[in-house]
Amino acid sequence: MLADAVKEKRVVQALLGEPACAAAILGGKWALDELTLDIEPGAIVTVCSFLKQRDQYNRLISVTAVDWFPQEPRFEIVYQLMSTHRTEWLRLKCRVGGAEPAIDSVYNVWKSADWYEREIFDMFGVTFRNHPNLKRILMPDDWRGHPLRKDYPVHGYKYSYQNE
Amino acid sequence: MSDTERAATLEAAASSSAGGTGRRNMVLNMGPQHPSTHGVLRVLLELDGEIIEKAEADIGFLHTGIEKECEVKTWQQVVPLTDRVDYLANLSNNLAYCLAVEKLLQMEIPPKAQWMRVMLTEITRLNSHLVWLGTHALDIGAMSMFMYCFREREEILKIFEMFSGQRMMTSYFRIGGLALEPPRGWEKVVDRFCRYMPEKIDEYEGLLTANPIWTIRTQGVGHMTLEDLLEVGVTGPMIRAAGLALDLRKDKPYSSYEKFDFAVPVRTASDVYARYQVRIAEMRESCKIVRQALDGMPEGPVQAEAPGVVLPQREKMKTQMEALIYHFKIVTEGFSVPAGEVYQAVEAPRGELGYYVVSDGTAKPYRVHMRTPSFGNLMALKPLLEGRLIADSIASLGSMDFVLGDTDR
Repeated sequence: MLADAVKEKRVVQALLGEPACAAAILGGKWALDELTLDIEPGAIVTVCSFLKQRDQYNRLISVTAVDWFPQEPRFEIVYQLMSTHRTEWLRLKCRVGGAEPAIDSVYNVWKSADWYEREIFDMFGVTFRNHPNLKRILMPDDWRGHPLRKDYPVHGYKYSYQNE
Repeated sequence: MSDTERAATLEAAASSSAGGTGRRNMVLNMGPQHPSTHGVLRVLLELDGEIIEKAEADIGFLHTGIEKECEVKTWQQVVPLTDRVDYLANLSNNLAYCLAVEKLLQMEIPPKAQWMRVMLTEITRLNSHLVWLGTHALDIGAMSMFMYCFREREEILKIFEMFSGQRMMTSYFRIGGLALEPPRGWEKVVDRFCRYMPEKIDEYEGLLTANPIWTIRTQGVGHMTLEDLLEVGVTGPMIRAAGLALDLRKDKPYSSYEKFDFAVPVRTASDVYARYQVRIAEMRESCKIVRQALDGMPEGPVQAEAPGVVLPQREKMKTQMEALIYHFKIVTEGFSVPAGEVYQAVEAPRGELGYYVVSDGTAKPYRVHMRTPSFGNLMALKPLLEGRLIADSIASLGSMDFVLGDTDR
């Protein structure tokens, strides 16, 4: 299932050694000197807790999303991790569907997920379960729509070139 | 929830936390036009006398939708947008984006362009730290520092203008190398700058380092443990002032940083004063790097040999038909980048600046996400202010060195 280049990585070995995490790995790739693992969305907190507590991944660099509209599952949530002890980097990805997109928050694993998850909620409309303060962060509170979705026009809804 | 409603909720929370005695905490709205927020940051402070009970940051006033706009521009057209993310460290942003796209294209950059990039990003670091030092000292009350720092910054802006024709929004790094050949006589100007800058740093230190007013206002103020800082995602000088030598120039060298000899300044006190010391020491290291780059600058072209990506030289366009065709194609439709994704981070003056770039194989980026240092560092605002004195909040905020354009994008 996993390519050899991925399987031989130390962190992948560690994850495969833990049954709950091994079952959550859906795929992975080693490209351009970067390791990416596809994770089952339901198990993201399990995998992240393991990585932080047992594998020294003490930094969550960022969380972001990519909208693959009109593909399904539509949203890809991307986690960039780093271990300052090992000087290692890792990227985790989860795919969530477009109808009521939701995923568990990793706020309880790394506090730095706080604003990144709020930003995704704001920009993509993905809900993070168990997030302590999930509300818009960059756009005004009464904004309608989620600007970084691919079906959201670049010039917004209020202004249209066609009306000119 | 509208802002007035939010303020009302905060006030209600404040009165209930007073235990129904009728005593109420004061809610203070700081910003978005407060001078010490260096931009448009709004902080809601709930005060119990002089102590900040609760602090909540409200950002987004400078949100310009740059990430969205990147998706409708061609790859090369995104470069000027990256300048506007962090307008005090524009070249660091240019560099991170260009490196990301070059990695996707698997393009080899000639040594001279790489060294030029190192030299100019280090001058950018000096520029950014000078603005920080000037405004931070001004906030705490050392007004003359502002004049001195901006005097030297003016020289830096002149250097940028000489190289690129622009003082702030330089867009000097392009995918494939530099925008232009460096101007005639640049060595002399940079050499002169390298000579006098260390003396000026001595002057700043003479004014501040042992100054009793400065030390009283900064030592022991805004302390946070290393674990807490890592937990909330802080990078850059703030984390180095807490004892962790986290520097991407050493951890994952890019653009031939591995060929330069420099130290990563680290302090352990993790207070406002330690952050000041780290940044001052970094300025000295930057001067050293600029000097090394100047002395060892390789010869050769400043753009990669990549006909479909880099614009051909003017001379070739007039004499060779292929060059003319490439020029027309690059200008009209851009170039396509192989499908894939990459996360490229550089050590910007404020911390880790990462570009996560996704390509679907077309002439426009599919997604560009900027992991900006100010956004990550601002999450430390809450622990840094809560339970502390309101008078120290200005010093603590200043020591974080955020730029709101960088935060809101």
